[in-house]
Amino acid sequence: MKFRGKIVDVACLNHFTRVVTTISKLTKTCVLRLNPDNLFFVLSGKVANGGVSMWCELSQANFFDEYQMEGVSPENNEICLELAPENLSRALKTVQNAKSVKVKLTKKHCPCLTVCAELPTLSSSSRVVTHDVPVDVIPKRLWHEFKEPSVPDFDVSIYLPPLKTIKNVVDRMKNLSNFLVIEANMNGEMNLKIETDLVSVTTYFKDLGNPPWGDGASQDGGPTQSRDPDSMAEARVDVRKLQQFLVGQQVNPSKSMCNIVHQSVLHLILLHEDVSLQYFIPAVA
Amino acid sequence: MQCVVTGGNVKVLAKAIHSLSRIGDELYVEPQEDGVSCFDAVRNTSTSSYHHVYIFAYFLFASTNGADLNASLSCTIKVDSQSVFRSLATLEKTVEKCHIELNEQKDRLTFTLHCKHGLLKTHNLSYQDSESLQAVFNKDTCTNEFRAQPRVLVDTVAHFPPSLEEVTVTVSDERMWVRNHVEDETGNTTRSKAMLTELCLASDEFDHFVVKTPNSVTFCLKEFRGLLVFAESSNLPVSMYFDEPGSPVVLSVTDGVLEGNFVLATLSDDPITSLFFLFPFWTFWSTLRAHAPPSPPPDDFMNDDMDSYLIAMDTSVASGPSTAGPSASTLTDPCTSKLPEANHRTRTHSEEEEEEMEDGSERPPNKKFRSLFFGSVFPPSPKMSTQPVTTQEVLASDSEDES
Repeated sequence: MKFRGKIVDVACLNHFTRVVTTISKLTKTCVLRLNPDNLFFVLSGKVANGGVSMWCELSQANFFDEYQMEGVSPENNEICLELAPENLSRALKTVQNAKSVKVKLTKKHCPCLTVCAELPTLSSSSRVVTHDVPVDVIPKRLWHEFKEPSVPDFDVSIYLPPLKTIKNVVDRMKNLSNFLVIEANMNGEMNLKIETDLVSVTTYFKDLGNPPWGDGASQDGGPTQSRDPDSMAEARVDVRKLQQFLVGQQVNPSKSMCNIVHQSVLHLILLHEDVSLQYFIPAVA
Repeated sequence: MQCVVTGGNVKVLAKAIHSLSRIGDELYVEPQEDGVSCFDAVRNTSTSSYHHVYIFAYFLFASTNGADLNASLSCTIKVDSQSVFRSLATLEKTVEKCHIELNEQKDRLTFTLHCKHGLLKTHNLSYQDSESLQAVFNKDTCTNEFRAQPRVLVDTVAHFPPSLEEVTVTVSDERMWVRNHVEDETGNTTRSKAMLTELCLASDEFDHFVVKTPNSVTFCLKEFRGLLVFAESSNLPVSMYFDEPGSPVVLSVTDGVLEGNFVLATLSDDPITSLFFLFPFWTFWSTLRAHAPPSPPPDDFMNDDMDSYLIAMDTSVASGPSTAGPSASTLTDPCTSKLPEANHRTRTHSEEEEEEMEDGSERPPNKKFRSLFFGSVFPPSPKMSTQPVTTQEVLASDSEDES
């Protein structure tokens, strides 16, 4: 099992660092899957995470100038590692001005993802920084837990308002209640509601637009097509989980949308040019 | 004792006091013939350091009619002297001069800040009399010597997380490696989860680089950072002197008017506790770890081959690092089990000492102190601490027989 990647371009390094930093804000540990074309940061929805799951896909060609890997076996040409993204983020943040950054899978006192960077200096020789991020190799028999999630059979799909706006609203609402209801309809309307014994607060968003999933994407084509465009689908979620998702976002996505399965799950999708992030928050009763 | 500090020197004094008060509670002030000494030495269970600020008289009273320094006096002030020089930025703009006076009858050390617009701020700090103390160390006999611009060192420590306690510096003829030091406390699990960072500096990044005995020393990073903040703000090159693990590493900063020395404890090679520190009455049982003989880490990456590891993992029940891996890292520690005992011993010992101390009269009950060394650049007076002092006034009874 081998992995070697090299980033030379400053903008790519910066972008990669920001992605890893976003992931580090979402979860303390996650699984990194590597295959010849992509990198995936995966968090599988377990009770320990509160049922939250995440899938982040990066196309390696957009970040790495050199990328070589050899998976577990020729038939399963993949590598699956568990790591703390915060360590990786910290390592990358300190080498932002490097001439080149190599990321390698190595074995020191334990398996590590080593970030090795050459830093520019005033003198002739360059300074070399090495960060060893300890990782755990996930054996093949557990790989099924970290598969790409399928898009759920949603009731409503809608574009999100600017993340900053939602974040401001959610931050204020968090002080009032632990649970927040997101509801939306196929007419581009979305409401964020909280309700307590003393007070109920609702924020209304209009004219958001609904992404055209098309016949193939929306399962069976049936539910959303025949749905009354004004009828709202809702999901009641833990406000802290939603806030955690919003707080980590450092890059403005080119597209952001959410799918709601009525009273079941909230599926948030953020798309950038070369990165896509999906986040599932289960609904509570 | 009376002296006046004027103009830009007030800011320098404030910065010096800030770096002194970083960790400790107490500040020792001792006027001498040609200036004022401020000390502060910190000792905690795992590291210790000793810093001394010597504010040279010239610096103190540039334009007034001289300071009256009663050289026989020395006292301890409980520092929150940082509160006197609170905000460095406003200090520069508003304070015109600072008048320092020691009033023996009232047991008060008074700082009077003369500010703009006729504003006068007076801070009265109470103090206790104490014996003078000096650390014994000699920079000239250290075998390894380096000097670099503060920017280089600041950039180096920026790679380490702010919470990191200790750092290991390994030197060879041409290079210096700076690594974070990971304490192996509970065995494999803790060790394997810690992130390791290592930085390699070439000798030509330093203004001066002399290595006579290649080896490694480990010392407290926090204190080092404290000194770097001061050095960088005054843009002074930082010098580093050390011999071997167990003996202190001395970091010093020199200017036209002041010289500062930080003396930091290093981890000892010797599994039996070694007397690190130079106060004869103060036996340090610094954290005990035996280091493997230092070997500069190879430049290329180590074994990348994961296959043997995977095979081992798939076929065995327990997962853990395969023994096929290289062990060039100095984390292997045959003496780990001694660590908890050693710490215990440290504490017990210090308690014993404190009891002894209290038996004496008017000794400062609080033994934790830190000092920043700023020695004078002028020809050393007999009291200068850069030379080994054979006789010293000691703070407590001699406990050498316990070593």
